[in-house]
Amino acid sequence: MHRVFEKTNVALTSLLLVAIVGTANAGGPVDEKLIIDGELEMITRTAAPEGHPLDEVISGWHYRTPETRALEADSFQNPGMLGVELGEEYWNKVEGTEGKSCASCHNDAASSMVGVGASYPKWHAPTSRPINVELQINQCRVNNMGAEEYAFDKSGQKPLTAYIKHQSYGKPVKLDLEEGDMKAWWEKGKELYYKRTGQLNLSCASCHEKNNGKYIRADHLSQGNVNGFPTYRLKQAGLISTHNRFRGCIRDTRAEFPKAFSDELMALELYVTWRGTGLSVETPGVRQ
Amino acid sequence: MMPNRCSAAGLALSVSVALAVVSGSAMSDGPVAPNDIKVENLEIANSVSGASGDAAEGRKVFANRKQGNCLACHANSEMSEQLFHGEVGPTLDGAGSRWTEGQLRTIVVNAKAVFTENTVMPGFYSLDVGADVRESLIGKTILTAQQVEDVVAYLTTLK
Ligand code: HEC
Ligand code: HEC
Repeated sequence: MHRVFEKTNVALTSLLLVAIVGTANAGGPVDEKLIIDGELEMITRTAAPEGHPLDEVISGWHYRTPETRALEADSFQNPGMLGVELGEEYWNKVEGTEGKSCASCHNDAASSMVGVGASYPKWHAPTSRPINVELQINQCRVNNMGAEEYAFDKSGQKPLTAYIKHQSYGKPVKLDLEEGDMKAWWEKGKELYYKRTGQLNLSCASCHEKNNGKYIRADHLSQGNVNGFPTYRLKQAGLISTHNRFRGCIRDTRAEFPKAFSDELMALELYVTWRGTGLSVETPGVRQ
Repeated sequence: MMPNRCSAAGLALSVSVALAVVSGSAMSDGPVAPNDIKVENLEIANSVSGASGDAAEGRKVFANRKQGNCLACHANSEMSEQLFHGEVGPTLDGAGSRWTEGQLRTIVVNAKAVFTENTVMPGFYSLDVGADVRESLIGKTILTAQQVEDVVAYLTTLK
């Protein structure tokens, strides 16, 4: 009974939409290329991997205003680059009882870290779970440097993560789902992506799959990909981490949100990163 | 059928307690609890607050980001003074001609009862909500019964 009713409504709706084109916002992603400094062409649209619900994977860059897009296209103007430069300082900073910095073991990040940011989260056998760049940094700090873990979003965590991911600038995202239990975590992440939460009863898919390209009040909904993270948010005037963004979106459904690096958010990061397979790493992306 | 689906025993209990309090004073008036609302032929025939709606008040609730925030998802030419109309749902121009008052009430109370389980439109006077609801909002509805009536009164003016 509901179905029949819905059909009638859809028909009515489309008639109406034709009638009021004048007031509707220009939806959809812009048809433009992202070429950094006129040199490095980013893959911002690509065919979706097998098993993906959408035909095409599109970077959030395509949904932003001309001004915001221009900021990202010019690495000198990109305000996130300051965070990346700060990250380089953390890379070279000696900390902990072993008297080492990241550079002590990994030397020049420009060669040793290429491709790292495009391939995380990765399976981590010692802890039997997937880890992201933030958690890998913490592993190194504790096990190799004799330093303390960074707390979520604190101290060098965001800049150093941005610096490491930036070494994959332009490289397409590609995860290895064959390792360990990655597939089971992918499944769990998928379940969470479609789980409707909060008093508003919305899932990630409600906004980023069903309605990407449309405006929700003043916000132009993208596919919610993470290839630009940590990303510079103009609204917050700083780098924003992946888990902070996830928590913000869940909070907006008026739900309690999981802890950063919890099993839930790690599974979600793994699954959402996979949904952006083939997109260039844009870290640091620029968003509104 | 769906709004009456009250699976959790605790929920059923608290509803009947609430009703007992209400019926203790005056049986006729006062708001109907969300789980007690009857939908027939997609319509909720009577006011859920027990009083009639105020369209001018409903117009405010409709636009207010902390209340209805209906503009997040719907364009509405009658409100052209407001910036930023969303596109997630259909425009509401003419909604008052397309739907009866009783149907509009059902849509606002629990859109799932008119569309499908999959609709992204939230239920504004429903406890059939998503998982992990923020603790301070458990058992609460987005709008009060009277705000629902006010919004419905406003929607009926959109001819
Ligand atoms: C009520 C709508 C809504 C829901 C539900 C929602 N989001 Fe978002 N999300 C937004 C808006 C609005 C933005 C900012 C505009 C954009 O990039 O889409 C955003 C942005 C994002 C971004 C940044 C994209 C970029 O290019 O920088 C990511 C990642 C994201 N969301 C992931 C998620 C995930 C994962 C979930 C579920 C846990 C989720 N969102 C649920 C509305 C939502
Ligand atoms: C998160 C998105 C969202 C919000 C917020 C929302 N709606 Fe909707 N609404 C929809 C969608 C989507 C539909 C179309 C039905 C469907 O596709 O499931 C709809 C349908 C409707 C319809 C029937 C439309 C027609 O003309 O046929 C009415 C009336 C309506 N909504 C009123 C409201 C009112 C009033 C509010 C606020 C109190 C509101 N909506 C808030 C998404 C939303």
